[in-house]
Amino acid sequence: MERLLTRLRQVNPLWWQVGFIVLAVLLPLPLGDYYRSVLWRTGLYVMLGLSLNIIVGYAGLFQLGHAAFYALGAYTAALLNLYFNVPLLLTLPASIVVAAFFGYLITRPILHLRGDYLCIVTIAFGEVVRLVLVNNLFGITGGANGLCGIDRPALFGFELRQPIYHYYLMLIFLVISIFAVHRLEHSRLGRAWMYVREDEVAAEAMGVDTTRVKLLAFVLGSGWAGLVGALYAGKITVISPDMSKFMESVIMFCIVVLGGAGSIPGILVGTLGMVTLPELSRPLKAWRDAWLGFAMVAMMILRPEGLWPSRRVRLEIRGAKEEALPAPATGD
Amino acid sequence: MQFIQQMINGLTIGAFYSLVALGYTMVYGVLKLINFAHGDLFMWGAYLGLTGLNVLLALLAQTSAWAILPVVIIVMTTVALAGVLVERVAYRPLRTAGRLAPVISALGVAFILESLARNVYGASWKTYPAGITPTGRIALGGNVRVSVMQIVVLVASFLIMGALYLFIQRTRTGTAMRAVSLDHDISRLMGIDVDRIISIVFIIGPGLGGVAGLIVALYYGSFDFTLGWVFGLKAFIAAILGGIGNIPGAMLGGMLLGIIETLGSGYISPQWKDVIAYVILIVILIFRPTGLLGERMAQKL
Repeated sequence: MERLLTRLRQVNPLWWQVGFIVLAVLLPLPLGDYYRSVLWRTGLYVMLGLSLNIIVGYAGLFQLGHAAFYALGAYTAALLNLYFNVPLLLTLPASIVVAAFFGYLITRPILHLRGDYLCIVTIAFGEVVRLVLVNNLFGITGGANGLCGIDRPALFGFELRQPIYHYYLMLIFLVISIFAVHRLEHSRLGRAWMYVREDEVAAEAMGVDTTRVKLLAFVLGSGWAGLVGALYAGKITVISPDMSKFMESVIMFCIVVLGGAGSIPGILVGTLGMVTLPELSRPLKAWRDAWLGFAMVAMMILRPEGLWPSRRVRLEIRGAKEEALPAPATGD
Repeated sequence: MQFIQQMINGLTIGAFYSLVALGYTMVYGVLKLINFAHGDLFMWGAYLGLTGLNVLLALLAQTSAWAILPVVIIVMTTVALAGVLVERVAYRPLRTAGRLAPVISALGVAFILESLARNVYGASWKTYPAGITPTGRIALGGNVRVSVMQIVVLVASFLIMGALYLFIQRTRTGTAMRAVSLDHDISRLMGIDVDRIISIVFIIGPGLGGVAGLIVALYYGSFDFTLGWVFGLKAFIAAILGGIGNIPGAMLGGMLLGIIETLGSGYISPQWKDVIAYVILIVILIFRPTGLLGERMAQKL
């Protein structure tokens, strides 16, 4: 077993990636529309997880209001589409910019806050966005019912109607996101994020502009979530303020941490656990949340570093445990 | 005159927030953990109180306000036990696991508690039996009226908070609690049983929360399973507003939040009251990053 794992690790990662993409392309073909939609949903939350991962996983900032930016992106796309007839795919850049702009606006004045205070401000912001949408600001957001009748995205006159096309559209963005996030992780900025996460004071002493770095994490993460929001609006065609519910933010947060903060495969695993399985177990709806909660507690106790953590985080948590215990006479 | 009326209403709601916020802040003090399950423990106080009252009234075969007293004790003990259990099972194994894992664990416990309540009691609104709570109103002149229930709520909350404050400041255990919130290791070196203190915190916090749930349900008369999230979030905000980890801060934060909300709803618009409360929270945190009474923390080196 051990040997098999070692062999598997030695396989060129490129093959894994190609295999993953081929699998993702072929997977929906034998499935019915419901399961294709479930796959689409999985992709959606993986992307949301990736965007939040920049903030929570890499920069180590508590963000429990991420759904607000997702909702902002969706509303931007919907408003542009409904009031100005902009084709949905062309609204994507606007969604990104608006969500990123709000990400900047809300986090700029509060970046100096300590972890938990930052966390509450993000929660409060999420609630403010939801309530503003419910209260129908300027009379354009449709109140608690939200907006409906959004056009589906169209490519060269071909309208994406069926779930499978939406799935492939999502997959394209997903592959781009994974590639981008992976590059970011190993970039100068990515290293700076992790430095800030590990020790902000030391990072600052080493010449990392911590404010700028943290701000970039928020802006990039929020913008990305805005993009996902627009994609959501394009498939569902009905959006409501519930997109910015605290519960949504909690699910995104759990996706990132459950899989292993800062790890891209971890996001996929986390989404399967937090979104896909609960969705598929809809018949068991009554007790679904209880099982989910139970699994979350059990998982954290058994593997506090997450299901598929990045190597760095795993070492760190295991190391802290050994330090905290009275030093054993023999190593294990 | 309307202003004074609003202040009284605000103080009442603020008292609820304060009671729940105390649980958040005490747990944060000793564990540096946002106990997301606290709101749901509070909600269970309301549900258990309902069951307790119904059973007791059925046994007595008459309605009597005195039935509340044994129910308070039952609710307090049960919720406190649940709190201790939660800490043992879900938080203790995660003390050394960084800061993210316990948060997820706390959210998981919140999911479990909420789902449990929804399945046991159903998703519909629950109403407390009528005729237990005093219904009279006292006119204070100039159109200002205070209901007897408001007076009961305010007196009870101030008594509870005063007692808690004295307990934390004056007793040995209270001193130990303050020590543990500063530093676990050094407290241990000073001969404090840290695990025991944390357990005590998880008795007092959820115990208070449970009673608060009962009082809130008695005050409003009806509630449903979303009570935990709604009040939990507000109370958590109150704790942060006052400076989390700081017990007088939680009391002050709760009162302020209640007053701000009521004034906002009375003078601006009830629809926007929550937005006003959140925006004020954000503004206060921008200028006082550790809350109103939070200590100015030097950055760790």
